[in-house]
Amino acid sequence: MQDVLIRNGTLLDPVTGDVRRADIIIRNGIITAVGEQLPSSGLTPYDAAGKFVSPGWIDMHVHLREPGLEYKETIASGCRAAAFGGFTEVACLPNTEPPIDSAEVILAIQSRAQGLPVNVYPIACVSKGRKGRELAPLFELKTCGAVAFSDDGSPVQSGHLMRRALEYASMLDRPIVNHMEDLHMGPKGHMHEGAVSARLGVPPVPALSEESMLARDLLLAELTGGHLHVAHISTSKSVALVRQAKASGVPVTAEACTHHFALTDLAVEESGFSTQTKMHPPLRSQADTDAIKEGLEDGTIDAICTDHAPHAAFEKNVEFTAAPFGIIGLESAWGLIGRHLVAEQHLDVAAAVHKVCVAPRKILRLPVPEIREGAHANLTIFDATTKWTFAARHIRSKSSNTPFLGARMTGKAWAIYNNGQLVDNGD
Amino acid sequence: MPATQQETATQWPHRHLLGLAGCNAAEVSLILETAKEFRAVLERPIRRVPTLRGITICNLFFEPSTRTRLSFELAEKRLSADIVNFSSKGSSVSKGESLLDTARNIEAMKVDMVVVRHRSPGVPHFLGRSTRAQIINAGDGQHEHPTQALLDLFTLYEHHRDLRGLRIAIVGDIVHSRVARSNILGLRMLGAHVTVCGPPTLLPHRADALGVRVTHRLDEALEGCDVVMALRMQLERQNLSLIPSIREYHALYGIRPDHLRRNVDMLVMHPGPVNRGVELASEVVDHERSIILDQVTNGVAVRMAVLYLLATAEQRGW
Repeated sequence: MQDVLIRNGTLLDPVTGDVRRADIIIRNGIITAVGEQLPSSGLTPYDAAGKFVSPGWIDMHVHLREPGLEYKETIASGCRAAAFGGFTEVACLPNTEPPIDSAEVILAIQSRAQGLPVNVYPIACVSKGRKGRELAPLFELKTCGAVAFSDDGSPVQSGHLMRRALEYASMLDRPIVNHMEDLHMGPKGHMHEGAVSARLGVPPVPALSEESMLARDLLLAELTGGHLHVAHISTSKSVALVRQAKASGVPVTAEACTHHFALTDLAVEESGFSTQTKMHPPLRSQADTDAIKEGLEDGTIDAICTDHAPHAAFEKNVEFTAAPFGIIGLESAWGLIGRHLVAEQHLDVAAAVHKVCVAPRKILRLPVPEIREGAHANLTIFDATTKWTFAARHIRSKSSNTPFLGARMTGKAWAIYNNGQLVDNGD
Repeated sequence: MPATQQETATQWPHRHLLGLAGCNAAEVSLILETAKEFRAVLERPIRRVPTLRGITICNLFFEPSTRTRLSFELAEKRLSADIVNFSSKGSSVSKGESLLDTARNIEAMKVDMVVVRHRSPGVPHFLGRSTRAQIINAGDGQHEHPTQALLDLFTLYEHHRDLRGLRIAIVGDIVHSRVARSNILGLRMLGAHVTVCGPPTLLPHRADALGVRVTHRLDEALEGCDVVMALRMQLERQNLSLIPSIREYHALYGIRPDHLRRNVDMLVMHPGPVNRGVELASEVVDHERSIILDQVTNGVAVRMAVLYLLATAEQRGW
């Protein structure tokens, strides 16, 4: 346990937007004092002058790859990446090997995450083996600690199963997270269908495959009253559908990935078919990117996530159509939020933090950490103004599949404190 | 003989030929002007020059090809290059070796240039980034086939002094066609007006983004048209619900003798191999205004020009 004094920080309450200057003393992982000019005797000082201190952040959509795919990422390396990104907690998706469809796998993940400065919350499968046929034991999974249910990359195609999942999960007060994709909408595509795919001759993924599945699921959520959470929303029509559904009281929430507001499909062309621009859902058009920002601004999109998806270099270093989908995102998340949302004035700092701190926890029914005497210390120290360039030395993940090497970032996560540990990212 | 009315570049500025997307009109004209000289070489009794002596070229074909590969090989031989051939059905991945490893192995054999054909778009770009060899794109998926477009442009200049204002119709399976994509780029660069024509199922969703006129009616496409380029119809497309049947395709989009009668100056081109009776009626293939075999002849000269220009660019150093 590191006993620390965080000095001269600006405490930010992401719910009210209130800020105040205060020192924080943490002993044995517990906040023992919050106030001005606190004594530093026997404490490791951390100078937070010019920086914000907020409740710790959570990325609700990451792939930690363990168990089974440890050559891409482990829980430990993924959590190091999270800490660098300012995240004290992550929710991990169930496309591991074996998938998270049994109590044993949840317990194994929890035991691997023991003692880390980042908390790991498993999102378990909707269906056994993520095969989309029979319901996984949702009650047992929830009892062990599953915060939500998702078949992620193998989205639930059967409307019947999706209905039953939403009904059953509503009893358990847990959301169903669906990766919106109608797999029957077209042959396997590799980038967004639009002007750029027309030029490049890359087999496309139509926006419609996301939107039509989303429309189905919104109707099912309305019918069943089950909480539908839209994973990585990416198109302008999807944003409009969620906006309309929310207005009519459908129990739906949504998240957007950092790359879906930071890049467009032009990146595929400009990078000369770099596989670091290949992800699912794909990078979309400028109009879609604008709609994502608008949706974040007006609250249609509740949360910001990364869909951190590590792949080994040898897997990505192949021809475009043979490459796996996905990029890492934890380390670059806040710098992209700062550059594309805060600096562009779509969100103020408190609203941006809300989307990586408060909103995701409401969706996952997790308590939001508090900065007050007696509370478990779980906090993030950051600013929203430092300009820096993302480089290989910032990567903590085991993989380095990112299109953002060399990209300009605005705002930096300087440190986190959680589970009695201070992780200082240095400069 | 072609005499392009365009401004011509004095030297070739690129390390690779990845596609026409990275080239401008002056550079395309340079290739065509250079090809003119090689076309003359091909008319001599001894059709061989020592230009690329000592240069090793690998023809790396991951997709079956007859004419493009033969044409490149002939071009390489006429320039006295040393040639190695590598061909593999399907992707290298299915053979257990990654494309990168294949390329690095070839590089380790000290190959100077790689002519590559692959089913995946962007493979030439990938190889250009990850090996030291100079790369020539001989067809990457549905993306580009720049030397085919160049030989088509060369052939057009044999019949028209200037392509500016020329009306070209490209008919057939546009969405899956790398020939169409490269030709659209080249033709537009040189000032031609391009119309693409085919059923909506065989056009890209955003065909307008290609900068062409789009029509689904063949009559409309051929009205006032100077040259029609028919594309090869992959016969298996009818199983993918892209067209109901080959018979119906021919009825709607096949070029027939009556089209040539109605349009008395219109030339007919095709990148080959032709499905007689599908995209072109058999009589049209053999018609005096069909310039399909000229395209093939010119392919060798154009590829000689590309190889030569890339080699001289390399000698200038980077």
